[in-house]
Amino acid sequence: MLTIVFYLSENDSNRQQSRRHEQVKYLALRIHLRIIVVLIATRKFASNIFARRLATGTFCTNAPSELNDVPSGSHFYKDDAGFMKDVPQHDIAIVGGGMVGMALACSLASMPLTKHLSIAIIDSNPALSNGPIIKKNEPPDPRVSTVTPATISLFKDIGAWEFVEQHRHAYFDKMQVWDYTGFGYTRYNAREADKDVLGCVVENKVLHKSLLSCLQQNKDFSSTIYPTRLSSISLPTRSSVSSAGASVSSKSSKNLSNLAKLDLSDGTNLYAKLVVGADGSKSRVRELAGIKTTGWNYSQSAVICTIEHDTENFCAWQRFLPAGPIALLPIGDNFSNIVWTMSPKDASNHKIMNEADFVKAVNHALDFGYGPRPESRVFGGDVISSFFKPDVTSSVHEQFEPPPKVVKLASDRMAFPLSLMHANQYACKHVVLVGDAAHTVHPLAGQGVNMGYGDVSSLSNVIADGVAVGSDIGEVTLLKKYEADRKTANIAMMAVLDGFQKAYSVDFGPINILRAAAFNGANVLAPLKRNIISYASGERDRLAVAWREACDGATAEQAAGGSIRCAVEEGGVRRCTTTAERLGG
Amino acid sequence: MSRRMFSRSLYQLQSLSRNNGPFLHNSSVNSKHAVLAAFQPLLHNRPYATTPHPAASASSLNQTELAKFAAIADSWWDAEGPFKPLHVMNPTRLAFLRSTLCRHFGKDPFSTRPFEGLKFIDVGCGGGILSEPLARMGASVTGIDAVEKNIKIAQLHADLDPVASSIEYRCTTAENLVEEQMKFDAVIALEVIEHVADPAEFCKSLSALTVSNGATVISTINRSMRAYATAIVAAEYILHWLPKGTHQWSSFLTPEELVLILQRASISVEEMAGFAYDPLTGQWSLTDDIGVNFIAFGIKNSE
Repeated sequence: MLTIVFYLSENDSNRQQSRRHEQVKYLALRIHLRIIVVLIATRKFASNIFARRLATGTFCTNAPSELNDVPSGSHFYKDDAGFMKDVPQHDIAIVGGGMVGMALACSLASMPLTKHLSIAIIDSNPALSNGPIIKKNEPPDPRVSTVTPATISLFKDIGAWEFVEQHRHAYFDKMQVWDYTGFGYTRYNAREADKDVLGCVVENKVLHKSLLSCLQQNKDFSSTIYPTRLSSISLPTRSSVSSAGASVSSKSSKNLSNLAKLDLSDGTNLYAKLVVGADGSKSRVRELAGIKTTGWNYSQSAVICTIEHDTENFCAWQRFLPAGPIALLPIGDNFSNIVWTMSPKDASNHKIMNEADFVKAVNHALDFGYGPRPESRVFGGDVISSFFKPDVTSSVHEQFEPPPKVVKLASDRMAFPLSLMHANQYACKHVVLVGDAAHTVHPLAGQGVNMGYGDVSSLSNVIADGVAVGSDIGEVTLLKKYEADRKTANIAMMAVLDGFQKAYSVDFGPINILRAAAFNGANVLAPLKRNIISYASGERDRLAVAWREACDGATAEQAAGGSIRCAVEEGGVRRCTTTAERLGG
Repeated sequence: MSRRMFSRSLYQLQSLSRNNGPFLHNSSVNSKHAVLAAFQPLLHNRPYATTPHPAASASSLNQTELAKFAAIADSWWDAEGPFKPLHVMNPTRLAFLRSTLCRHFGKDPFSTRPFEGLKFIDVGCGGGILSEPLARMGASVTGIDAVEKNIKIAQLHADLDPVASSIEYRCTTAENLVEEQMKFDAVIALEVIEHVADPAEFCKSLSALTVSNGATVISTINRSMRAYATAIVAAEYILHWLPKGTHQWSSFLTPEELVLILQRASISVEEMAGFAYDPLTGQWSLTDDIGVNFIAFGIKNSE
């Protein structure tokens, strides 16, 4: 499959042929991604059954070149006993104090089982020590994130959402998606999935500051911020304990050979049981641990900026253009955020053109440009619609609304190249990756940072479960539980987003009709729309939700072997207890 | 539902004959093996157990069993090695221990070191896979094993973690400790009793090591058809999770037999649970199905 791809990419005779080749290339790459998903699923199943048959090459301990290996073998590496007392020791070292790293720290601080862990946060950003300064009257920063309801509930659990609400934030409950062909449109309304909001748009610096305030407010949680950068990590190699080797250490000296040692760029060292890589898509931790990635660059860049309207905007708009989607997200106070995906050359042109021209270009792209407006579909009247009547959505009756006009540019324009990346493993001994260090996606559905917050939620639960049963938190069997949980969810989401990206970059008659049919289908069919909304909102495990309701409100947990235990009591009454109830007595 | 009720009534009939009344709250007994158990004599004679030393030394050791473990002792802490199933099952066993022992001793289950101040003993600790998490949970743990190599491995590994280095490892047997008149708040012997020569004597030793109103926890494999199919045929011969010959089906105990011999050692079993393996997720979980692996929590009668 890949050989075909490379062959085609070399042939570039004429434009028509090359476009078709590009389409086939994208198709091949997409199929390749599906094959990866299937392979991972079967490999996981096989590795669970055939415990030792599979090669142990899945672990990342194949001594990458930059790693300083602790000499292994039958003796133990004994550090200079005199220096050990001065080197700080922490339970968890979070490398990267961005939104996701800080969320992990706050999440660990908020749970009773992990409150006692000592955390080190390594980030050279000065905002961490002083706190980012947010002036109330400034126009919004163009770097924003759309936070899904699942992430909002994570923030509420860790106690950081109250800080977010003190600053500018914009809930939205409506969304309209259409494309340039004018064949169809979809309007989403949160009411259809029985929710209040579809999401909330918040500036990244507001999220970051809220998490920092939440962490600083938590007085009995020990977290130390190291305002420097990571230069290298020494991981103990996994050597099996041999009884033939004499034990070098005496009981009095602490043997640190089972801890990871981090060397920071200002010369300090620290030891940690677990190193969390939350340092973004160019993760140094991932590089040092030798974890390989899969992915490709989209030949697109995104231009982002803040713009102003005459009226308030409470709806999220997304229009798919031939070169990429343009999204308009409300940010509050008549401001909105633009994320416009286009080719890299156009991106640099749009970044430097003068303001008036840019505003005109944006209005052109949002409405009337590249193609007609879709017709408003008024449902009812014809035979087919009366057939579908019972299960239609309420927003079907809503007319197509043109997006609000952009009046003024309110911030600088920024441009970023877009790519898809996925780390082959999320965890190896003493190292785990979360957020963008593990995966990056196209921004077209606003899911990127939400996947990172999902990682945070899962990892903190896994660590809490490990502490509950006394495990060593750096142990790879524990970390693999986190990987198993998140990898399938992340890969599924990435496949969906990548599929969208490919589907919308093809300008080919039959494909356009298919897309229009998909728009109209999603608009009309209630179960489909409900599922789309709940998937995009980060609601997980709909089966577990149904099971929960069936079991008299007992929650379905799979925490470290805990589960629902349903026993038949006297009289044939079925009673279910959860691990929490049993633990609590 | 009616099949369950039949087996439940059959079980109650058996337990009436032992003058104890139903005391297993959470078990759902397989009717077939209840019938088998009712008619099977207690295991005093176990033909396979060819102990070279005479039983007069009051030892519950079986030398052939010890040799099996000594052979693979080096790989105790290799999570991908021959002990992988034990490593994967460990968190589940610990979850049961945590919930039952916290409840019994009245400790806060949400504290990070709930067993602070309690003395535990891990009989047949092997490489210390169970002892180290118990020490991290705050208990003062003593680990004993009859194989010298295991104790050495356990000691070396425990020294890597300052919390675990407080564990006291001794190469000895339960009987020797009884002679030393040591007492513990909780005596834990997981996956051991199927390897001893005389389970009844072993249980008496465990009971002697427990303080009155202390806890005794034993886990083993049920002597059922399903256990033969899963724990021996599947685990040893098909999937190669365990070396061939690790377990002998005739040395497994049914839950009723275990309860009875514990009863005779003045320990009343309060709770029992089973372990089930899900091949899709590769994880073990606690269930009510005691058909294959099961764990029993008992309390020593006050003297």
